[in-house]
Amino acid sequence: MTKTINLTLKVWRQNGPKDKGRFDTYHAENISTDMSFLEMLDVVNDQLTIDEKAPIAFDHDCREGICGMCGCVVNGRVHGAEKGTTLCQLHMRHFADGDTIAIEPFRAMAFKVIKDLAVDRSSLDKIIQAGGYVSVKTGGTQDANAILVSQDVADLAMDAAQCIGCGACVASCPNASAMLFTSAKVSQLALLPQGKPEAAKRALNMVRTMDALGFGNCTNETECEAECPKEISITNIARLNREYLKAGLFSTSM
Amino acid sequence: MALDAKIPGGPIAEKWDRHRFDLKLVNPANKRKFNIIVVGTGLAGGSASATLAELGYNVKTFCIQDSPRRAHSIAAQGGINAAKNYPNDGDSIWRLFYDTVKGGDFRAREANVYRLAQVSNDIIDQCVAQGIPFARDYGGLLDNRSFGGAQVSRTFYARGQTGQQLLLGAYSALMRQVATGKVEMFPRREMLDVVVIDGHAKGIVVRNLINGKVERHAADAVVLCTGGYGNVFFLSTNAMASNVTAAYRAYKKGAFFANPCFTQIHPTCIPVHGTFQSKLTLMSESLRNDGRVWVPKNPGDNRKAGQIPESERDYYLENKYPSFGNLVPRDVASRNAKEQCDMNKGVGETGQAVYLDFADAINRNGKDVIEKKYGNLFQMYEKITAQDPYQTPMMIYPAIHYTMGGLWVDYNLMSNLPGLFVLGEANFSDHGANRLGASALMQGLADGYFVLPYTIGGYLDGNAKADVTTGHKAFDESEKQVTGRIDRMLSINGKRTVDDFHKTLGRIMWEYCGMARNNEGLEVARRMIQELRAEFWENVRVPGANADFNQSLERAGRVADFLEFGELMIIDALARQESCGGHFNEKFATEEHEALRDDDNFCHAAAWEHTGDDREPEFHKEPLEFENVKLTQRSYK
Repeated sequence: MTKTINLTLKVWRQNGPKDKGRFDTYHAENISTDMSFLEMLDVVNDQLTIDEKAPIAFDHDCREGICGMCGCVVNGRVHGAEKGTTLCQLHMRHFADGDTIAIEPFRAMAFKVIKDLAVDRSSLDKIIQAGGYVSVKTGGTQDANAILVSQDVADLAMDAAQCIGCGACVASCPNASAMLFTSAKVSQLALLPQGKPEAAKRALNMVRTMDALGFGNCTNETECEAECPKEISITNIARLNREYLKAGLFSTSM
Repeated sequence: MALDAKIPGGPIAEKWDRHRFDLKLVNPANKRKFNIIVVGTGLAGGSASATLAELGYNVKTFCIQDSPRRAHSIAAQGGINAAKNYPNDGDSIWRLFYDTVKGGDFRAREANVYRLAQVSNDIIDQCVAQGIPFARDYGGLLDNRSFGGAQVSRTFYARGQTGQQLLLGAYSALMRQVATGKVEMFPRREMLDVVVIDGHAKGIVVRNLINGKVERHAADAVVLCTGGYGNVFFLSTNAMASNVTAAYRAYKKGAFFANPCFTQIHPTCIPVHGTFQSKLTLMSESLRNDGRVWVPKNPGDNRKAGQIPESERDYYLENKYPSFGNLVPRDVASRNAKEQCDMNKGVGETGQAVYLDFADAINRNGKDVIEKKYGNLFQMYEKITAQDPYQTPMMIYPAIHYTMGGLWVDYNLMSNLPGLFVLGEANFSDHGANRLGASALMQGLADGYFVLPYTIGGYLDGNAKADVTTGHKAFDESEKQVTGRIDRMLSINGKRTVDDFHKTLGRIMWEYCGMARNNEGLEVARRMIQELRAEFWENVRVPGANADFNQSLERAGRVADFLEFGELMIIDALARQESCGGHFNEKFATEEHEALRDDDNFCHAAAWEHTGDDREPEFHKEPLEFENVKLTQRSYK
C-alpha cells in the first residue's frame, strides 16, 4: 500500500565544468513510496521552481531503465543500492521516513560535469566509433538464415549486448575505467560469426581509444559488475583481454 | 491544394521496383556535393543517416539526447515483423501487406504498405549482418513468434529488448560513419525551426541545450525523424523528452499535418497509480501470447485474484473473439479493457485495471520457459509494482503508446514542402488508424535503410544545387523568431510550473480525446485547451536563463507546442465523423461496440495546413484508393 515519507537531500550543485561545486540541502516532503527516485526529484524541482530557486539539473529520458541516460551516485552507490536497477527504476519504497540521501553526479575524468548531476558521457560514443560495429553497408547482405548462430552463443552475445551505455561501470570503478563498457561491445561482436573478421582490429582500436580519452586501467576491482544496472558480467573483460592479446600476438593490423 | 501522393503506376507488386528504376540517380561524384540534415537518431534517423553517408552524401545529424543511442526506439520491447515465412506457416509479403492495411482499419495508403512489406525481409538480413543477437532456435536458425494481431509467426525478437538491439545496430552503423567523417554528429541540440527558402526546406535552426546558443545549419534537404507526439497526453509510454516540436514547427512552416487524431492506446501497460507519476510503462504485448486477460464476472467483486474461482472469472477477450482471443489488435483490446472497467469490473486499488494471468502458461510450460521468454518484463513489473507476476496475475491498463498521425508525405516520403522528408513515426503513411504490433520498428528501419536513400536522390537530382548559406535572410528571420519566443517564455515569471500545465493538458486530452471520444466532449476540450494556452502565456514560470543548461526552458517550449497541437488533434477528431482504429467516436459504433467506419465519406487522409495563429487550419484531402484490398468491417471473432 502507498505511504508517504519525508527525506533530507544533500544534492551536489555545480554550475558548470569550471565551477567548484557544493552540496546543498533540501527537504523532500510527503514523498509517496510508489514514486521512482526521479519522480521524487521532479517533485523537489517543482517546489524549487515555485520558491524561485534553481531546479536541480539531471539527465533522464525513457524512465524505464533502457535508454541509459539517467544515473547519479546515491549514498555512495551508483544508481542507488538496489542491484540491477537504473536510477529511474529505483523506487522510494526502498527508503525510510527520515532518511538523509546524498546525491552526486557520476565522477570520472572522462565525464565532465555539465551542470549539477548531468555529465558529459560523449567519450563513450567515441569508443564505439573506434570499432564498435560490423563494417557492413546497407543492402547486399545475404539471407539472414544463411548465418547460423547456436543458441548458447546468441545468448552470450545478447548478455553482452544489453549494455545501456550509462557509464555506471566507469563511475563505480576506482580507476574510472571503461573496460566493462568496452568489453561488452567487443564480446558481443567477437562471439558472433558476423563480427569475427574484425575482432582483432576492433579490440585494439577500442582499447587504445579508451586509454586516449582518459579512462583508467582495469585492476580487477569488480565494482563495475556489482553496480552495472544490466548486470553485465566481467567475464566480458576476460574475453576482451583474450581478444586484445590475440590481436597483439597474431594480428597484422597493429 | 490537390495532394498528389505520387504513387507510381502499375500493379502494386511492381510499383517500387519500377519507381526505383525511374528515379534519377545522383552520380557518385556529385553525392559528396550534397549536404543533408537528419533530425533525430531513432531507428529511422539513425539508419537514414548511416545509409546516406555510406552512399556518399554529407550528413549532419542532430539529436536532443546526450548520445544518439538514447532515442526512444530503444524502449521497444516485442519485436520486428518481416514476411520471411521461415516458420512455413503461410506468411507472405501479400499477407503482411494485407494484415497491415486491415489492422490499420483501411486508412493507410496501399502502395506504401506494400513497399513496407516488401522491404521487411531486407531489414532482417541487414540487422543480422550487423551482429544483432536475435533469438535463435536449437539449430541456430532465427526464431519467430506470433505477436498481437497476427495469426502467423512473423516476429523476430531479441529477448524483450528488440528495439534496443535494432537501435544499437543503427547507432553502430551511424558511429562508423561519424568515424569516417561523413556524418557530423550534433547531440544535445533541439530543432526549433525549419528554414524555407524559395519554397524549399533548406536548413534548420537549433538550440544548443548545453549553453543555449541558437545555431543555424543549411543543407540541400532536411529529413525529420523526430518520432511521435504521444506526450501531448503527458502520461504515455514515450520517453520524457519525446515531443511534437520539430514536426509542429515544420507544420507552421507549411508542411501539412495528417490524421493527428489517430493515436494508439496500448492495451498492456502498468496502470496509473498516483498524480505524481511522470510516465507509464509498457509491458510488451508479446505477453498476450501466454497471458490470459480476465476480470471478475460480477461488477464490484473486490476479492483478491486468487480468491475468485474459475467459474466467476470473465475471460472477456477469449469469449468475445474466439478466433483471435487474447491476440486481438491493440485498439480492440484497449477498448474492451475500458469497457470492462466502465462496467465496474476493473481490479486493483483504482479499479482501472484488468488482470493478465500467466498461471495456465506456467502450469503448461513450466516457470523456466516463461522466465526465459519474459524474464526481464516480469522483473521490470516487479520493480515498479512490488508484486511478483509469477505468483499473482499482472494488472494492466491501456496507455498512450504510439501516434499513427504525422506529417503528410508522398510515396517518396517527402512532405508537401519540397526538400522536407519525414520518416518513421513522425510521418503518417503506413499504419492508417491503428498500428499492428512489431510494425513500428519495421517502418522506421524500412524508411531509413531502404526507402529514403533511393527517393532523396530523385529530389536532389531534380533540383539543381542552390548555394544557400546560413547568412540568408530567411535564417535571420527564423533565428529572430526562435529567440523571441524563448525570451518571452523566460519573461512571464508566473505562478504555475511547466509540468503543471503539461499535466492539465494531458488530463484534458485523455478525458476527451483518448480511448473514446464524442462530439460534445471534443468541443468542450477545445475550449479548455484554448483557455489553458492563454493562461500558459500569462502564468507559466520558467526559471533560469537561456544561456545555460536549462531543462525547464526545454520543456516549456515543448509544452507550448503541445498546447497548440492538442487543439489540432481535436479539430481533426471532430472533422472525422466516423470511428476507425484508434479513433473511436461513440456516435459511430456497431451494435457490438466496434468502430464503425464511413467509407463513403471518410476514406481519406485528412491533411491540415497551418494558416496563421488563432486561425482555423485548412483541410486538404488525400482520397485513399483500395485497388488490392477489399474494404470490410474488421472482424476478429
